[in-house]
Amino acid sequence: MAVETETVIIRGRCVVGGVAEGRAFVTTQTISGWGGINAATGTITEMRHERRGESFAGRVLVFPGAKGSSGWSHYFHMTRRLGTAPAAMLFTIMTTKIALGAVVTRVPAMTDFDRDPFEVIRDGDLVRVDADAGRVEVTRVQS
Amino acid sequence: MLDGAEGPARQRAMDLLVRYGSALGAERLIAVTNVAGTWSSTTPWVQADLDAPDDFDTIFSRFNLDSDDTVETPQAVVSTCQLIHGIDTRNHALQGFSREKAELQRKSEEFFGRRGVQWASTCTPYQVGNVPVKGEHLAWMESSAVVYANAVLGARTNVEGRESTGAASITGLIPDFGLHITENRLATHRVRVEATPETMMDWGLLGYAVGEMVMDDIPLLSGAIPQPRPMHLKHFGAAAASSGGVEMYHIPGVTAEASSEEEALGGRAPREERVYDAAARRRAFEHINAQASNRSVDFVMLGCPHNSIEQMWQIATLLDGRKISPDVALWVHTPRQIRTLCDDCGYTAVIERAGGHVMSDSCPAINRATPPGTNVIATDSCKQAHYLPAITGKQTWFGSLDHCIDAAMTGRWNGDL
Repeated sequence: MAVETETVIIRGRCVVGGVAEGRAFVTTQTISGWGGINAATGTITEMRHERRGESFAGRVLVFPGAKGSSGWSHYFHMTRRLGTAPAAMLFTIMTTKIALGAVVTRVPAMTDFDRDPFEVIRDGDLVRVDADAGRVEVTRVQS
Repeated sequence: MLDGAEGPARQRAMDLLVRYGSALGAERLIAVTNVAGTWSSTTPWVQADLDAPDDFDTIFSRFNLDSDDTVETPQAVVSTCQLIHGIDTRNHALQGFSREKAELQRKSEEFFGRRGVQWASTCTPYQVGNVPVKGEHLAWMESSAVVYANAVLGARTNVEGRESTGAASITGLIPDFGLHITENRLATHRVRVEATPETMMDWGLLGYAVGEMVMDDIPLLSGAIPQPRPMHLKHFGAAAASSGGVEMYHIPGVTAEASSEEEALGGRAPREERVYDAAARRRAFEHINAQASNRSVDFVMLGCPHNSIEQMWQIATLLDGRKISPDVALWVHTPRQIRTLCDDCGYTAVIERAGGHVMSDSCPAINRATPPGTNVIATDSCKQAHYLPAITGKQTWFGSLDHCIDAAMTGRWNGDL
């Protein structure tokens, strides 16, 4: 079986510095922190969410941003303490919830991209986030 | 403060505010005069990895300042209040909490109280005397309180979090971003309201539908809208903040920054025009109730956001001389200050004689406490019905207060539009 890889670079603005790598967890729906995730497992629990029941722990979370309660930062803060945080966060809509949430989760985070990340990044792609350099490297494994 | 000259806690607070401000892309910090956040110290997650359960300095450092080391909790420098939290110390046993937990709660109230935190203990500080004036800059948590402060009162706050309000309380500062900036407060969407809201349920459904329409943009409600009462706007805002992420809205002639549609829009055309009609109202009702199918109700939850004294009086009037079903639990939630008023007015006794309980400080969505054996919940709150199924795993019906009282009497859900 032939395996080809394709690498694409996206540039954006650093929200929280650092470098991290992981498989992409892509959702085009915003995420609720309080009342929308189980911090013990990093699982989405919101009733009508397209990724309900799936865990973003250790993944590069690609999503529009935060919604819902002001408990957002506290619940993502908890994912850091419980070891279920995403490896990095890439998001497109800046709000106080996502900014504070990313800061206290303390994972590399970026926004303001030069290309639409939802067009470039597919679920399961290998993504290396270098937030300090404002650079996202997306490697798609095609088999 | 960032250099540590005003002590280690303020140094940590400034470090957090600078990290947070640069994440936002904010250019500066601005002064706030009023902070509403949470210093809640009893939840298992907050209690994890502590040397002693009452190590409040460590809890404050970790969760209110995002600091890895423990610093001494200083005095607040601006008026600061505690929002809703986990335990009603009067009803802790019913909520499933031990006497030790309730005592820890009381101890935390005294610890943080002496450092300037007012234990209003409600999601609705504006119902118990904390009413900012138009133009004041705040740092508030609690999405339903934020939208009320911005839209109804014309004060200015983003939806803050535990860590940013902790830092704001001891520095008097918050990043200058979003709704602190005048031009960001103008309406972006115009929603023509054809299905006129009359009842509390109508205002909740309107809020739920508008939230789904605009997400976190700023709606202007247009059309013949009857004069709302404070409880209507409380209910509307809480619903819109739950289904979408509405933090600001305008109703011409009613809300603080919209004497007219022109003022609300700032002379611009709306980016989008939407219509709220009878079909949209029905869709909102169906969306909220989509997760519920079992009509055997065993728990009725009222008071999200916390009930006003007017709502408590209504409930007492509906329950006076009646008895709820022995198979149903009824919990009515209100701020502790309003419960004291209810005690004095006899409403608490009326509700208790009917078989219900008056809870303060908390709600099932916050503390995950439901009566033993709860399978199906009914509530008059869009917000509670939106969150409870995900938080408790229980089906939750949304309807009017009358539907909920009927369910409490009969154990059956007969709610409809």
